Amino acid sequence: MRRMPALLSALIALMLASLTVGAAHVDLRDIFSDDRAMLVLLESRLPRTVAVALTGAALSVAGVLIQALVRNRFVGPDTVGTAEGAALGLLGVTILFPASPLWVRMIAASLAAMVTTWLFLGVIRRLPAREVMLIPIAGLVLSGVLGSVVTFIGWQTDLMQYVGTWLLSGEFSGVIAGRYELLWVAAGAAGLAWFAADRFAILGLGEQVATGLGLSTASVMRLGLAVVSVVTAMVVTTVGMIPFVGLVVPNLVSRVMGDNLRASLPVVALSGAVLVLACDLVGRLVIYPYEVPAGMILGILGAALFLWLLHRRPAHG
Amino acid sequence: MIQISNLGHKIGGTQILHDISTSFPKGKLTALIGPNGAGKSTLLRLVGRLEPLQQGAITVAGHDVARTPTADLARVMAILGQQTAVASRLRLCELVAFGRWPHHQGRPRPEDRTKVAQAIDAFALSKLKNRFLDEVSGGQAQRAHIAMAFAQDTEWLLLDEPLNNLDMAHARALMARLRDLVDRQGRSVGLVVHEINYAAAWADHVIAMKDGRIMAEGTPDDVLTEAVLSDLYDAPISVGRHKDRPLVLHHA
Repeated sequence: MRRMPALLSALIALMLASLTVGAAHVDLRDIFSDDRAMLVLLESRLPRTVAVALTGAALSVAGVLIQALVRNRFVGPDTVGTAEGAALGLLGVTILFPASPLWVRMIAASLAAMVTTWLFLGVIRRLPAREVMLIPIAGLVLSGVLGSVVTFIGWQTDLMQYVGTWLLSGEFSGVIAGRYELLWVAAGAAGLAWFAADRFAILGLGEQVATGLGLSTASVMRLGLAVVSVVTAMVVTTVGMIPFVGLVVPNLVSRVMGDNLRASLPVVALSGAVLVLACDLVGRLVIYPYEVPAGMILGILGAALFLWLLHRRPAHG
Repeated sequence: MIQISNLGHKIGGTQILHDISTSFPKGKLTALIGPNGAGKSTLLRLVGRLEPLQQGAITVAGHDVARTPTADLARVMAILGQQTAVASRLRLCELVAFGRWPHHQGRPRPEDRTKVAQAIDAFALSKLKNRFLDEVSGGQAQRAHIAMAFAQDTEWLLLDEPLNNLDMAHARALMARLRDLVDRQGRSVGLVVHEINYAAAWADHVIAMKDGRIMAEGTPDDVLTEAVLSDLYDAPISVGRHKDRPLVLHHA
């Protein structure tokens, strides 16, 4: 495949660029002679670059999975209530056990995300299969309702600042060494999905075909649900939800190379990393030395890409 | 043999099947016929465990459908339900290759690749094999799905209205292919057909259903008679003969 080398070079180029851009001047050529430069690189630039790449890759893979689970292309982990669920879990832990360690918060966020995503799957089961657009609408409604619950509780308990960092502005300026490593869990979960890629691809053909081929659809659904929830929860916990990646990247890759997930998931992951890195870089450069959140750049770019997709492919769900 | 005993089924409070007991003989081509809403598809889907069993029992080649793990059943029978719109963008060759999945669980062996190539060839899909499912016609997608079930290479092959969307040439080619599967490879086939003359021309065994009950079963000569068919469809139907097989005519 020629795509993988091209994407890999793009990723490496963007990562190198990401290492050099920032308010503090760092010259990669003399990091070994300059202690301060080394410190900035290892404590801030490198963690941030890795965090951005992991987030983009994991969210894109989660997008593919949720789209296979519901057999609909117009959903992503940010539009089906998963992110809001994670925020709800975090909020609950923050209120009930304010001193709880990170791993407790991580588990609470993942479990709550699973519950709300499962709720979404339950809701759409009852929708008529032919109405393709009802599924994304149901997702938007559900995430809207959950989002208001989160906002209400956040408001009442004076935790709106937290809620804002989880759901409103996905951005990476706060990432330093020691505060992003959860994203490796997200990447691990996404990587796990690759081993079941065939199963997800078969599930995408519909429950009937999947059963005919002897696939236990319920267990594949559970695995997908777990991966999507864990990925989203980790992203929400560490950097806040990044919109559109999980929706747009799977669609773009599917257009070009189809839904043979075993072949396409690595491309999806790389493309997601490239897209979010590019957006983060743009966000760091437009009002240099200040920043615009990567999530905002993605919101603009992702919306444009999505409209283009809708325009290009009207009939196929 | 597929053995069906005391099978009942309800969908949304309506009784679709009433206490059905019958069998599909091994090594034969069995056709299910009957008017719309007779319960043919439901019966086939229950045999193929696409619907959960509510009442009664079904065994396929000795495997209890309700209790045998679905992955094991996939190596005994291939079932193709009626196709609904497919949202997936797979190349036709990738779709057909998934027919081997029950046998290799993701690690295809040379033998699996051979079977896939044969299935693609058998259904004249070689020229289309790199096209995406959403870029071919309904009939072509249908043939690709049948090729997938064919590649599954199981003792039993169950097809729900496989002739839908197929033109006359491809419909005949499919029936000839199924015939060959039965005659030369000793496989067993069960299918739902609407166009009775396909059953008349190619089937060994016919099961006629109406209102969730079996009206008649036996050889085409036994079942495809004026009396049975006129009763089955509540319309006057005449039966002639062509090449020593029944020829069913609706313009009586």
